[in-house]
Amino acid sequence: MRRFLLIFIPYAWLLALFLIPFAIVLKISLSDVALARPPYAPQLDLSQGWEGLRAFFAGLDFDNFTFLTTDDLYWKAYLSSVKIAVISTVLTLLVGYPIAYGMVQAPDRWRPTLMMLVILPFWTSFLIRVYAWKGILANEGLLNQALMWLGIISEPLTILNTNTAVYIGIVYTYLPFMILPIYAALEKLDGSLLEAAEDLGCSRLSAFWLVTIPLSRQGIVAGSFLVFIPALGEFVIPELLGGSRTLMIGKVLYEEFFSNRDWPVASAVAIILLAILVIPIILFQRNEQKQREAEG
Amino acid sequence: MSQTGAPAVFSPWTDPEAKPLIRFRGVTKRFGDFTAIDNLTLDIYEREFYALLGPSGCGKTTMMRMLAGFESPTEGVIELSGQDIAPVPPNKRAVNMMFQSYALFPHLSVYDNIAFGLRREGRGKDQVHGRVQEMLRLTRLERFAARKPHQISGGQRQRVALARSLAKAPKLLLLDEPLGALDRKLREETQFELMDIQEKTGTTFVIVTHDQEEAMTVASRIAVMDEGRVIQVATPAEIYEAPNSVYVADFIGDVNIIEGRVTPGEGAVSIDWAEGEPPIRAVTDAQLAPGQSCHFAIRPEKVTIDRERPDRPNAFQGKVIDIAYLGNISTYHVRLSGGQMVKAQMVNARRLANRPITWEDEVWVGFSETAGVVLER
Repeated sequence: MRRFLLIFIPYAWLLALFLIPFAIVLKISLSDVALARPPYAPQLDLSQGWEGLRAFFAGLDFDNFTFLTTDDLYWKAYLSSVKIAVISTVLTLLVGYPIAYGMVQAPDRWRPTLMMLVILPFWTSFLIRVYAWKGILANEGLLNQALMWLGIISEPLTILNTNTAVYIGIVYTYLPFMILPIYAALEKLDGSLLEAAEDLGCSRLSAFWLVTIPLSRQGIVAGSFLVFIPALGEFVIPELLGGSRTLMIGKVLYEEFFSNRDWPVASAVAIILLAILVIPIILFQRNEQKQREAEG
Repeated sequence: MSQTGAPAVFSPWTDPEAKPLIRFRGVTKRFGDFTAIDNLTLDIYEREFYALLGPSGCGKTTMMRMLAGFESPTEGVIELSGQDIAPVPPNKRAVNMMFQSYALFPHLSVYDNIAFGLRREGRGKDQVHGRVQEMLRLTRLERFAARKPHQISGGQRQRVALARSLAKAPKLLLLDEPLGALDRKLREETQFELMDIQEKTGTTFVIVTHDQEEAMTVASRIAVMDEGRVIQVATPAEIYEAPNSVYVADFIGDVNIIEGRVTPGEGAVSIDWAEGEPPIRAVTDAQLAPGQSCHFAIRPEKVTIDRERPDRPNAFQGKVIDIAYLGNISTYHVRLSGGQMVKAQMVNARRLANRPITWEDEVWVGFSETAGVVLER
């Protein structure tokens, strides 16, 4: 009985907060847009009994998914999102790994402070922090002013409203998600392994490549997925920092939903986004399982 | 020792012509205020199995890490084959180390662990393969080549670590408490295996251990260390039979230590050690002044125990307080009339039921003039 309860709670949670909403979104994606409230049809009317149910299922079709293939805006948006998410994940890794490595090398008494500094940005609203970047990256912003004052540039750089600004925003926002798993992996690394590698003829650098990197692989994989998955559907950062030419599926989704009020098409976009995400999520799960097996 | 004259016995340290492989000259290592190694001078010869023995924190591991190149001496010079090794980084030294934790790479198979050092040398594939196979055979690990370190037992891991550190055929192999993680039976087997491998490969081994039995079993010479200093360097037999100090006598094996004052005499000295007891008579080479305080150290197995007064130069009366029965031998704890406790060991040649001495018996302990050693410190 107790075991049943223990298993039941997470499954009930998943059912209520994931599976049921998913079924609703799936249903809307199969509906047609309508001038009504809510703005789609058919609606399930149980007062009609059996007939109503049949009419409801007859009203569902895959028109919205077919529509997505007719307009190249959509697949371009998906592709561009994947590209931006991949590039930002790589950039976050390149920035995050040295930080995590430095944290592990730091004296023990500094580590809690360093950890605190990594988590500290979460104490401020995400929206405010992204807005702050507008002030930094704008043509008359802090960055350009500083660079011009230093004499490095004579003309202000256009960073805001470009993809560069989106990369900066994503790297900044998701950096802790990259640092923490890598830090956890590196912290477990036994220092005598590096000494053994050196003893067997490795230089410091080759010991890093042959021992440190492979042994922190799990952390790298976990961190990369934790950045890639939310970055793929990111909306706020491209909306605030990206320009009109920054094409991301999150923005398309927002426009379909709020500007066009086309809930069924927006739902179809969301369903496909989820399908794309399922692949990395499965890979991520596999990685976690492997890690558990290796440790067990 | 009788070994000295015989040419067949391995003892390069007695040969003034022999060149040591390793030479510590006035080496001091400080960590901040703490002196880990204090002005150390010693020689280690080729093909030796040299044990550094001491309690934890005596500096033996620091010495080993200096040989491997992970620490550099604060003062003094360490020479390997006559060359100062201070400027040589660890990855360029002809020295390999077997780590206490084994430090096997968890992401690599047994085979790849052993091949790791060979591949760094840029040898050909066939050469690497041949050498790894040789090492697998030597350590009897052929069947486990494809396994990962977490898929094999502790004893097997220990052998992988040994194979990996021997693969590059180093001039000197350092072993840091190599058998510490093994259970007793496996440890004893492995000790002989280690000696066997050392003989086969002809490598010089330096082993760090706090286990005196292990050092006695494997080593050609033992350096007993305490607080960063070497107290005595000698063969296991010399260390046991002729310790140069109370510290060494006490650290190696079981011993009775009796404090007293010397009266020099002809052939043997007399040591007054307790009111109302006859002095201990002992033969010694030490030059002792009359009245000088000293310690008399004697091993329990050299003390006999009898019901009647034995006809020996030293005999004292006492009462049996405790008997530790170990199967093959028994240790009797005897309280002498003066109150001192003395341990005497007897081989249990007879069955338990026939044992003549038991608790509370009045007995005599006795030993010869040459059985013990007189120590000044």
